[in-house]
Amino acid sequence: MALDQSFVGRSYPPTEPYEVGREKIREFAEAVGDANPAYTDPEAAKALGHPDVIAPPTFVFAITFKAAGQVVRDPQLGLDYDRVVHGDQKFSYVRPLRAGDRLTVTSTIETIRSMAGNEILDVRGEVHDEAGEHVATAWTKLVARGADAEQDTTAGEA
Amino acid sequence: MTAKIAYDDVEVGTELPARTFPVTRDTLVRYAGASGDFNPIHWNERFAKEVGLPDVIAHGMFTMAEAVRVVTDWTGDPGAVVEYGVRFTRPVVVPDDDKGAVIEVTGKVAAKLEDHIVRVDLTVTSGGQKVLGMSRAVVRLA
Repeated sequence: MALDQSFVGRSYPPTEPYEVGREKIREFAEAVGDANPAYTDPEAAKALGHPDVIAPPTFVFAITFKAAGQVVRDPQLGLDYDRVVHGDQKFSYVRPLRAGDRLTVTSTIETIRSMAGNEILDVRGEVHDEAGEHVATAWTKLVARGADAEQDTTAGEA
Repeated sequence: MTAKIAYDDVEVGTELPARTFPVTRDTLVRYAGASGDFNPIHWNERFAKEVGLPDVIAHGMFTMAEAVRVVTDWTGDPGAVVEYGVRFTRPVVVPDDDKGAVIEVTGKVAAKLEDHIVRVDLTVTSGGQKVLGMSRAVVRLA
């Protein structure tokens, strides 16, 4: 069943603030095996011009994807989440996320398309800090594989 | 932002140091915890096969995180990344053994833009097959 095009352009209320912690950044950097000192050593981060340790570029996804849950689980939209895989992901940064940030995300449905029995949903998440300054934007393409669409395990990942 | 690579020192075609990143089941469990993505296709072989996958697969976001390290190791300052995007084209299958899988990443400068900014195109493969497409990072150099 095709998703309702009237949802294109719909924005969801900003999320409750997510506070970026030094130890959470360290845990993430260690999980991806990245020893860059800008992630763990405040002095090293300061030497690069950052007020505190910064987060690896893809760290923000955990925050924006949780926010996108508002969209994918919106009962009115009716997306079948069990069939959703991650198609594309893009980020733009005004500045890197850093320890101490309190971030909110506003999610907007940019496009809805049907292609070969699949529903393709583009969600934009705008990330702002406590002062209301824009920090980063995440674009997430979600593909809900149609029940009739050919099973294709080579494309996309959840 | 203080990238250690100068804009004037690179040209279109400049290659970044290539890297390989091993990924085992242990890696995926750690990434699941750190990222909060507990989808069982990334740790439960029985579940992965039930949904038609050949085996447990790496988180696409894990592969994306590793690929950009070629860029952040090159610039030194991860804060130099202005934009980064990928397409998930093929899963990285991670067998349950000590070797797991290997993600291979190469990168080269594809365009010199204004304001000390360059675009780096990444090629990301595993087992000889491309796993990310349209993998591009835009970075501000010194």
